[in-house]
Amino acid sequence: MIQIRVRKSLLMAEGKTDLVVDFNLAKGSFCTLYGKSGAGKTTILKILAGLVQPDEGFIAVNGQTWLDTVKKINLPPQQRQIGFVFQDYALFPNMTVRENLQYALNGKPAKHGIDNLLERAELQHLAHRKPATLSGGQQQRVALMRALVRQPQILLLDEPLSALDLEMRQALQTEIYSLHQSFNTTTLLVSHQLSEIYRLSDYIISLEGGKIISQGTPAAVFGQDRLSSKIQLIGEVLSIRENGVVFVLDILVGNHIIKTVATKDETEGLQPGDQVKVFAKAFNPIVQKISVS
Amino acid sequence: MMGIDWQPLWLTFKLAGITTILLLLIGLPIAWWLANTRSRIKPVAEALISLPIILPPSVLGFYLLLSFSPNGFPGRFFSDYLDISLVFSFTGLVVGSIIYSLPFMVQPLQAGFEGLPGSLTEASYTLGRTRFQTLFRVLLPNIRPALLTGMVLSFAHTIGEFGLVLMIGGNIPGETRVVSIAIYHEVESLNYATAHLYSGILLVLAFTILLTIYLVNKRLVKTF
Repeated sequence: MIQIRVRKSLLMAEGKTDLVVDFNLAKGSFCTLYGKSGAGKTTILKILAGLVQPDEGFIAVNGQTWLDTVKKINLPPQQRQIGFVFQDYALFPNMTVRENLQYALNGKPAKHGIDNLLERAELQHLAHRKPATLSGGQQQRVALMRALVRQPQILLLDEPLSALDLEMRQALQTEIYSLHQSFNTTTLLVSHQLSEIYRLSDYIISLEGGKIISQGTPAAVFGQDRLSSKIQLIGEVLSIRENGVVFVLDILVGNHIIKTVATKDETEGLQPGDQVKVFAKAFNPIVQKISVS
Repeated sequence: MMGIDWQPLWLTFKLAGITTILLLLIGLPIAWWLANTRSRIKPVAEALISLPIILPPSVLGFYLLLSFSPNGFPGRFFSDYLDISLVFSFTGLVVGSIIYSLPFMVQPLQAGFEGLPGSLTEASYTLGRTRFQTLFRVLLPNIRPALLTGMVLSFAHTIGEFGLVLMIGGNIPGETRVVSIAIYHEVESLNYATAHLYSGILLVLAFTILLTIYLVNKRLVKTF
C-alpha cells in the first residue's frame, strides 16, 4: 500500500499554484496520473522518488515511511526502492546497454540477472551498443529494464511512450503491463493518451492545476455522465470537414479510423486532437464472430 | 646556438603542468557547484572567477604581490605556518597561476555540466548511486570534451603568462624566469637569436595545442 499526502507550491507558466494531493494506492495496482501539462503529474513522480522535496507531507510505501516532514524523516532517492523511467530515457551515453543495466546493480548480485533482463527485452544482440545507436523503442526498453534491475517496489513511468510511433507504443504497452505483473510492482504512469490509460491502468487519478479532480477506475473517471449507450468508444478527432448541411468527422479509435457525421452544434468547440466519446444509442450494434481462416 | 639555456622552457612547462593538475582538482568542484546551485551568490562567484579574463595581469599581479608579501595575510600564513615564501618563488608563481587561469578551467567544465540533461543525475540517484559515483561514472565521462578543453586552455594560458609573473615572480633564473620573461630579458640584452628561438618554440607549441584541441574535440563529439 502506498500512502502519499503532500503539498508543494509550484511556479508554473500561469503563475503560482499549490500542488496538493492525497491518495492511497493498493500494492500491485497500476495507476495512471492523467491531466494537462502543468497539472503536476511529473512533480508527483519526482516527489515520490525523492528528487523533488515537497513543502510538507507524508509518504509511506508498504509500511515503510519514506517521508514525514513532521517527524523530519526524508529518505534520499538512493534508499527509496523505486524504478524511474524518464521521459528522455536518461540512458548514460558513455555506457553500453549492458553497462547501463549493470550500473544499477551497485556491486550487488542481480536477482534476476542482467542477462535474463536483456533476453526478456530482446536486447541481447544490442548489449554491447551505446544508447545513441539505438532506435527510440529500443532505448525505451533499455530504460525500462534498467529501472527494474533493483527490483523496485514502485515503478514510476513519466510519459515513457510519448515519443514513439503508434505501433511501437502498442508493443511497449503490452511489454510494460507484463513486466508490471511479473515483477509484482506498483506502477505509476504519467500519460495523457486515453487508449493507453484504458489498456493499462486499473486506477486513474485525474489532475488539474495541482489538485485531484477525480479518481477511480478508468470507466468511472471518464464515463462519469453515464450515458445509457449501447456502445461507447474513446477516440481522437483527426479532422472535421464541412459537407453540405452536416460535418464529417474522422476519429481515430485504437488503430482504426471511424468516419461519422455530426451536426453543426455537435462540432461546436471541437478541433482535431480533441479526445471524444463515440457512442451509439438507438440501435443495437451487431456482433458477428470473425471466422479464422 | 649551442649555449642555449633550456631552463626557462623546462620551468614554464613545470609551472603549467603543476598549475593544470591543481586547477583540475580545484576547478572541478567549483564548476560542479556553479552548474547545480541556485544560490543567490552564484553571480558573485562567477564574476570573481572570471575577473582574470578582463583584468590586466599587472593589476592582478599587483594585488597578489601585496597579499603574498609578509605583510599580507596569505603571505604571512604561508611563511609562518608552512615556511614558504610566496613572493619571488616558484610556489608563489603556482598559486598566482591558479588564480590567473581559474576561469579557463571552470568555464568549460561548468558549460559541460550544464549541457548534460538533469535526468542523468536523477537517474543515477534512483539507481542507488551516490553523488560521488554519479560525478565520476556518469557526469565526467560525458563531458570529456569540456575536460580536455579546460585542461589545455589552462595549460596554454599559464604558458602565456607575463605580467603576473613579472609582478610576483621577478626574473630569478631557475626559480621564476619562465620563457615569456626570458624572451623579454633576451630582447633587452639584444640577444635576438635566443629571443627568436624561444618565441618560435612558443609559437609552434601554441598552434599545435590549439590544433590538437579542435581535432580531438571533433572526434570526441562524434563518438557520442
